[in-house]
Amino acid sequence: MTNDHNNILNELTQSDYKYGFSTDIETEYAPKGLDESTVRYIWEKKQEPDFMLDIRLKAFRYWKKMHEPRWAHLKYPAIDYQDIFYYAAPKQNKPTPTGVDPELKKTFDKLGISLEEQLLLSGVAVDAVMDSISVKTTFTETLSKLGIIFCSINEAIKNHPDLIKKYLGSVVPFTDNFFAALNTAVFSDGSFCYIPKGVRCPMELSTYFRINALKTGQFERTLIIADESSYVSYLEGCTAPVRDENQLHAAVVEIIALDNAEVKYSTVQNWYPGNKEGKGGIYNFVTKRGICKGKKSKISWTQVETGSAITWKYPSCVLKGEGSVGEFYSVAVTNNYQQADTGTKMIHLGKNTKSTVISKGISAGKGQNTYRGLIKVARKAENSRNYTQCDSLLMGDKCGAHTFPYIDVKNKTSVVEHEATTSKISEDQLFYCQQRGIDTENAIRLIVNGYAKEVLNKLPMEFAVEAQKLLSVSLEGSVG
Amino acid sequence: MNRFIEIFEKNKSNLISDNSDYLKILRLEAIENFKKTGIPTTKNEEWLHTDIQKVIKPEYAFSLEPPKIEYNIDDFFKCDVPQLDTYMFVIINGWFPQQLKLINEYENGLIVGSIAEAQKKYPEIVEKYFSKYIDNANDGLSALNTALAKDGIFIYVPENLILEKPIQLVYIVYSTEDIIVQHRNLIVAEKNSQAKIVICDHSLHFNKSFTNAASEIFVGENAKVDYYKIQNSSNNTSQNTITQVQQERSSKFLSNVVTLHGGFIRNNLNVKQNAEGCQTNLYGLYLSDKEQHIDNHTYIEHAFPNCTSNEKYKGILDDKSEGVFRGKILVQPDAQKTTAYQANNNLLLSDSASVNSEPQLEIYADDVKCSHGATIGQLDQDALFYLRSRGISNEEARMMLMHTYASEIINKINIEPLKERMNDLVSKRLRGELSRCNHCFIKCC
Repeated sequence: MTNDHNNILNELTQSDYKYGFSTDIETEYAPKGLDESTVRYIWEKKQEPDFMLDIRLKAFRYWKKMHEPRWAHLKYPAIDYQDIFYYAAPKQNKPTPTGVDPELKKTFDKLGISLEEQLLLSGVAVDAVMDSISVKTTFTETLSKLGIIFCSINEAIKNHPDLIKKYLGSVVPFTDNFFAALNTAVFSDGSFCYIPKGVRCPMELSTYFRINALKTGQFERTLIIADESSYVSYLEGCTAPVRDENQLHAAVVEIIALDNAEVKYSTVQNWYPGNKEGKGGIYNFVTKRGICKGKKSKISWTQVETGSAITWKYPSCVLKGEGSVGEFYSVAVTNNYQQADTGTKMIHLGKNTKSTVISKGISAGKGQNTYRGLIKVARKAENSRNYTQCDSLLMGDKCGAHTFPYIDVKNKTSVVEHEATTSKISEDQLFYCQQRGIDTENAIRLIVNGYAKEVLNKLPMEFAVEAQKLLSVSLEGSVG
Repeated sequence: MNRFIEIFEKNKSNLISDNSDYLKILRLEAIENFKKTGIPTTKNEEWLHTDIQKVIKPEYAFSLEPPKIEYNIDDFFKCDVPQLDTYMFVIINGWFPQQLKLINEYENGLIVGSIAEAQKKYPEIVEKYFSKYIDNANDGLSALNTALAKDGIFIYVPENLILEKPIQLVYIVYSTEDIIVQHRNLIVAEKNSQAKIVICDHSLHFNKSFTNAASEIFVGENAKVDYYKIQNSSNNTSQNTITQVQQERSSKFLSNVVTLHGGFIRNNLNVKQNAEGCQTNLYGLYLSDKEQHIDNHTYIEHAFPNCTSNEKYKGILDDKSEGVFRGKILVQPDAQKTTAYQANNNLLLSDSASVNSEPQLEIYADDVKCSHGATIGQLDQDALFYLRSRGISNEEARMMLMHTYASEIINKINIEPLKERMNDLVSKRLRGELSRCNHCFIKCC
């Protein structure tokens, strides 16, 4: 590597995390640490019905018996679960005409999230979640005319207990894993979405998560139910301020797709990744799973993972309905000291089910990037089909790229294919660009964007632009 | 597990008495390691799909003495592969036949014989290589072998010797009761030498057995070793094989494992490239039916720059058989310019058969070209249709396609007569006939 390349690399990886500011608002905390009283405190604060306390306590008692999973290809110090605030809510003192505290509004304006309904131009319905509570949901009325319920999960628990009782925990039960149990016990808010039969949601639904308070963990819960023949596209974005210590984020997302329904879930994950020395950053332990319950239903996950110090995330599809389809498109970037262990699980249970997995990993600096995926074809899932492709791009000789697929097939009519490659940016490609007068930095940007294009193309327009910019910030200049 | 520790304690004096200090310490350390690690359970990620506990039965007899049965090898074993001229050795229940010469020194400098004898006769060679590469600390079965295996084969190919004739090792389990067999082998190919080794695994009778075999292969600078293994034991047998290969600068190692029969098989093949310019080729073919369980684990460590590895394992699985493949390629931070390919293909012929495939890449260097692929599927319908449309019966067409599929691996065998015979055996196997040579009395299934 030439000096020139090194300089560019240094300059560009210094580019700052632009969402790193914190807002000075009065915040209400639960007492630090976690025991049954914390769980009760959250339950009381959220004024939830009794059945929720039951679920929460069961989950908490189960969690206490569990051990933190350590099988992932990640290195991080032990997390002290007693040193975290499990509930932090910004106090909304002065109600304004729009119903949102001006300080909060300013925060979200700064982040570029429109809480104002007059910003109709953007055409995206937003549920904004700051620390532990949902701040504001936009377009609720427009959506409710179509019968779509889009609100915070807390409101849903109060107003639609039947749906909650039926579906909450049906895809990710609290017994599923350590972080799912923890989340079930202490989740404070999140989004809820129900699309009725035959309705095609006219706009993108979006949740925006923001961690603001110090030393808090964020535990949100999202539940999406797509009834027969409905369609919804859902976006999720997240940022956090720059802090020296690590903060825990353990979310659970559940999706249920009934007959002929289609859900498209896109994430641009941009939590604070820590500084150049690997100090600080968010620990992101997320359980995301969708079930294609009905015939010919479809769930599609698209994720762009650029933030977080630690990412532990496996958005999965259970393909139960006959002819259902699961998709997973992912770009994961690790730079500096970031570590990611991410991938998917495709569980084929029904006949004629299909799944596609496209994963693009990019490692730079001292980042470690791991793809871990399971393709399971059950005995009765005849004629199932899976295609998996995982590519890893290495930039710099201190980073690592790993691929751990697990393939498990139990019948003779299914076809499963897996391919993976690992390499650095081809010198030929670089040379070709440079020879045509494109400087190294732009050439790399071009090549990386081209490399990730297959996934970025799957993102809704609004996000695709943001994701492309993010990729440039996180990566450009890291020359292989 | 406790049973083995008891056996060790009971026979401690016998096990460590006539050995040098080096071997004494080895055995004592190994049994301590075994106490810690034990026999792996399915909770161990490496053993997730292979439950070895269930095949190591407490009622199987386990002896530290050579088999007492009277036999004449010529009575039951004759290798009739035409034009296959080899240095042939038969190992019964893990023991070099005691009635034969225990150490054979040839004019060209080649030494082949019993490892127990070699430990006494050539301590300087044995101590240089023996148990240096095997992972006694983390693998319970390796430790068990180091602690309790008493005999096996020793092969020493001196510097600059190029062996034209392959060395053939025939391992036979021959017992009228259910037994546990352990053997330990050491193969040393010194600088600039070349050797081909052919291993045939067989069993006589239908008695049940568990074999725990460990082999260490040292491939010296610029040396070349071809290692062919044919597993053809009865379906009542179970085995765990550990093959640890150490490669020095610019050396070449080729392994080709063909599994035809055997009830429960776990092959661990670990290769460490310990200098620049190494080449490693690993091939494998497994054909299974009934309730066979065949598990191939391979591990290649690229520790130095400019090395290549190429790996291909193929399987055809029928009935209720289970196939497992887990191949790991590790590229260390300094191993730049590494090229590594790995592929695992499986044909599933029945709805009750299953396959677990886990090709893995763990890469810490950036200037590398690594890829892996895994497929699980069926015969190409278009190819089948093409053959059918030319008047070939369905059955015959399927055979042809399967044979072609398997021959990709067989064709990597560099010994012409052996290659032909293997092609023969594979096609017999695919037709469901007994896949043994005509003059061989060995019962396979």
